[in-house]
Amino acid sequence: MLIITCPWCGARPEVEFRYGGEAHIARPADPSALTDAEWADFLYNRTNPKGLHAERWRHIHGCGRYFNALRDTVSDFFVTTYKAGEKRPDIDASSGGSK
Amino acid sequence: MTNRFRTASGGRIDRAAPLSFRFDGQTFSGFKGDTLASALIANGVHLVGRSFKYHRPRGFLSAGSDEPNALVNVARDAARAAPNLRATQVELYEGLKAQSQNRWPSLSFDAGAVNDLAAPFLPAGFYYKTFMWPAGAWKRFYEPKIRAMAGLGVAPDLPDPDRYTQNHAHCDVLVVGAGPAGLAAALAAAESGAKVILCDEQAELGGSLLSETTATIEGKPAADWLAATLATLTARDNVTLMPRTTAFGYFPHNHIALAERVTEHLAAPGPDLPRERLWEVRAKEVVIAAGALERPLVFPDNDRPGVLLADSARTYANRYGTKVGERAVIFTACDAGYRAALDLKAAGVSIAAIADLRAEVSGELPSRALAAGIDVRPSTVLVGTKGRLRVASAQLAKVTKGAVGPAETIACDSVLMSGGFTPSVHLFSQSRGKLVWDGAAGAYLPGTSVERERSAGACRGVNGLQRVLEDGYAQGEAAALAARTYTSPARGATPAPAAPSRSIPASAEDLGTDGFIGATPHGRNPAFTKAFVDWQNDVTAKDLKLATREGMRSIEHVKRYTTTGMATDQGKTSNMNALGIVSEALDTPVPKIGLTTFRPPFTPTTFGLFAGAARGDVFDPVRKTAIHDWAAEHGAAFEDVGNWKRAHYFPRAGEDMHAAVARECKAVRASVGMFDASTLGKIEVVGPDAAEFMNRMYTNAWAKLEPGRLRYGVMLREDGFVMDDGVVGRMAADRFHVTTTTGGAPRVLAHMEDYLQTEWPDLDVWLTSTTEQWSVIAVQGPKAREVIAPLIEGIDLSKEAFPHMSVREGTILGVPTRLFSVSFTGELGFEINVPSAYGRAVWEAVYAAGERFGITPYGTETMHVLRAEKGYIIVGQETDGTATPDDVNLGWAVGKAKKDFVGKRSLLRESMSAPDRRQLVGLKTTDPKIVLEEGAQIVADPAAPVPVPMLGFVTSSYHSAVLGRSIALAMVKGGRARIGTKLMVPMPTHAIEVEVVEPVFYDPKGERLNG
Repeated sequence: MLIITCPWCGARPEVEFRYGGEAHIARPADPSALTDAEWADFLYNRTNPKGLHAERWRHIHGCGRYFNALRDTVSDFFVTTYKAGEKRPDIDASSGGSK
Repeated sequence: MTNRFRTASGGRIDRAAPLSFRFDGQTFSGFKGDTLASALIANGVHLVGRSFKYHRPRGFLSAGSDEPNALVNVARDAARAAPNLRATQVELYEGLKAQSQNRWPSLSFDAGAVNDLAAPFLPAGFYYKTFMWPAGAWKRFYEPKIRAMAGLGVAPDLPDPDRYTQNHAHCDVLVVGAGPAGLAAALAAAESGAKVILCDEQAELGGSLLSETTATIEGKPAADWLAATLATLTARDNVTLMPRTTAFGYFPHNHIALAERVTEHLAAPGPDLPRERLWEVRAKEVVIAAGALERPLVFPDNDRPGVLLADSARTYANRYGTKVGERAVIFTACDAGYRAALDLKAAGVSIAAIADLRAEVSGELPSRALAAGIDVRPSTVLVGTKGRLRVASAQLAKVTKGAVGPAETIACDSVLMSGGFTPSVHLFSQSRGKLVWDGAAGAYLPGTSVERERSAGACRGVNGLQRVLEDGYAQGEAAALAARTYTSPARGATPAPAAPSRSIPASAEDLGTDGFIGATPHGRNPAFTKAFVDWQNDVTAKDLKLATREGMRSIEHVKRYTTTGMATDQGKTSNMNALGIVSEALDTPVPKIGLTTFRPPFTPTTFGLFAGAARGDVFDPVRKTAIHDWAAEHGAAFEDVGNWKRAHYFPRAGEDMHAAVARECKAVRASVGMFDASTLGKIEVVGPDAAEFMNRMYTNAWAKLEPGRLRYGVMLREDGFVMDDGVVGRMAADRFHVTTTTGGAPRVLAHMEDYLQTEWPDLDVWLTSTTEQWSVIAVQGPKAREVIAPLIEGIDLSKEAFPHMSVREGTILGVPTRLFSVSFTGELGFEINVPSAYGRAVWEAVYAAGERFGITPYGTETMHVLRAEKGYIIVGQETDGTATPDDVNLGWAVGKAKKDFVGKRSLLRESMSAPDRRQLVGLKTTDPKIVLEEGAQIVADPAAPVPVPMLGFVTSSYHSAVLGRSIALAMVKGGRARIGTKLMVPMPTHAIEVEVVEPVFYDPKGERLNG
């Protein structure tokens, strides 16, 4: 079971959290301005990287907040977590798992 | 019976504490400190089981948790029976009762042994080759028969009366294994101030030190050093010692699962103690000190009772004061065979000969054996053994330039073998660490770490007592140091093996690194020999070679084809030899063959441990409404809806469900009924931007909904499909009382939170789940107003002041209420929301007030029928995640003028309004008595060529007592255009004709809603 660090509450076991999919995919401000292809891209296409993945988690059995995390999908270790709305930290994959 | 095979003295057993026990009905005696295995051996019993496939007689192979053969059933009573326990790990207690397994009618005469003669017909992979015909016979006939024949033990069929607990523990350093390396590691970590847990699967801590008679550590006999070290560790309050505790699983982020056997060794377990405890440990650092396992040698008939691992025989002699026999032949590929020979000789066992696979025999131990007058034969192999239920002789042959010479028979009652030691890398491998092949050591050793762990001692290929102790100490110190700077579970670089910082001088025999992997040569016709590799699954060298001949190349394929290493011992004694044989057969080096993955559990673990307290009533939480007990007292039958218990119907004497539902439905339509709707999900949406938020989350327009009014809301996912629905009341300009489906409440709240927190954090809105705060009493029927009127204060209930789809706040019996005028039946109706604490009192008051109208409590089944008569959908029943609002006739609820809401953009896609989408329609069977099956397919012509085009399916189907006929709702392709036409519902025996109709069967104009 993973240990996940909620930026509000601290390190907690995985059972307190729910996964929320890839992070930093903002809902378009005016969806009607998008073509079908653009809208489908927003709805369905995800990066699914091998390596660092920015993803959303919700501390559902804690503070209830959504936050973002950088997780190395190869090692399954988190590099960092940060509050929703903050910029993705500038960490490259080579330092994955080093923190 | 006497302990004929006891040594005169010595061992760690308590000879002053004799114990009596039973095995297969016969009474024996042993001593405190014995295992079932050592006590049986002391009584001369070696035949303890029959093998899995061939039913060959089997005895003890080892003295520890790697034992593949000696699996027994230990039962305190019919319910407290544990099958497949390794007799080598079962601690003896007074009155213990054990039974052998997989034999019929008896252990010494087993009818299944005919399989041994039929072996030519049961080759590797026989499951896949035979038993294939006729079709279907595998499931019905062959599989049950094979399972009965090829079995291990039988699980008891009574509920387990024992208690199992589950605990969490945190520490700086977890040390797994309390042999010399683990003890030294724990000592070092503890002295550094770390909080340490030291666990070991055995009853006594000490590992290999428990079998040492001559070794010394720091000038003391090993046993004295062990006692002093344990005393030191026990005295420290930063150390927890856990004997009888197996670290069986290594999970991500240093989450290690331990199984502690609390009462298994007690003759009379106290009622206050759990049988076992699961410990979920989070360790900052882990030191794996799992030791090494001795490898058997693979030679013909190496499985007779009396054939044991040499070092295990030494353990029986030195630790348990038990002789494995009177006259032993030893077959070895390393010096361990000599060490065992010398110790057994000292214990009074005569050593007939030592056959050594090696040509060069030199060094301290062989010299001592020669000096002791033992017949040592280099370049010699065992080519077979004889004896029916116990080995009676061994056949030895000289190997000259690869050729096996003539065999000489030597009489013996035991054969002890040693192929060297395999480092126990199971936990390291479970931690996802990479194993690397070490050619010099002839073993896979821990390489790159993934977790914050390090191996110490024999499990990482270190040998020699002093080196092992010092490695353990160094690793323990390094672990404690690393724990001090812990910030997260992630491991940085693989730790370099720490240098010993303290000398722990020790003297013990040095076994070196010799060993053998594979099958030894025997020169016999392989068709008539069985040289076992995997004792538990009855896999022989021949089977592995056959698998390679049949094209298997990867060890993963060979494993699955032959089942080698797949038994409950997970190949602890067999994996390396299997690799060696495959490597030779394919003429490919061992590291190129690959290695199978080690998976948890390290040894079999009980279901009780995993279940813990989560059994029976506390297996899963049960949710009950405030009105639940009233319903139960009034005879309700309940159904499960999610975790909720809901009243399904209220049968009267002599009524079945059909009769009860018919009566309940008629009562609601004719007079009045009441229904517990408390399970509806409820969310209070509050804040200055609440209306804007609702506008974005629901398809409907909310801005113009006045306070005091209700609206039916439809929620979509972003992909445009219906996700949930519910009635929403606007309590004030900035406050909405939102209801959701019973099952959808958490999903809807999470969906709202997601958008509020991450897409529109600028909106000033607060969401609160109020599902359990409100009891909801639905009063439905033409008399509904008259029933509640006398109870309500502060609300004008007149049709004009309180029209359909309104909400008012007032009191009922003095209890504050949010009163909804709303209907899910098509009749005049109200939903009384009161704080849950008052739910039952208000329910009872309404029931009493309704008695003069014959008020009828009804359940979810009647609710379903009544709403289907009106064509009201249930999300999840009519919809399946692919229905748009328009598909289910809810297009009217979509605010066309709204610029945006969740799902709107998706609705604009062309396919979302295609005319051939499945649409909600009603179905009427031509024969009104036939009630369609929900889920049944709908076609135009059942006689059409296969595949018959499917037009849709039945989503809801009931008998309507009020209409005197069956009704159904269905999703049908282009359904609305088919209204008035006939379609067919094919069933296994015939097809049912139906007419497509409007989905509203009762009061289509909705006149009854207003009473």
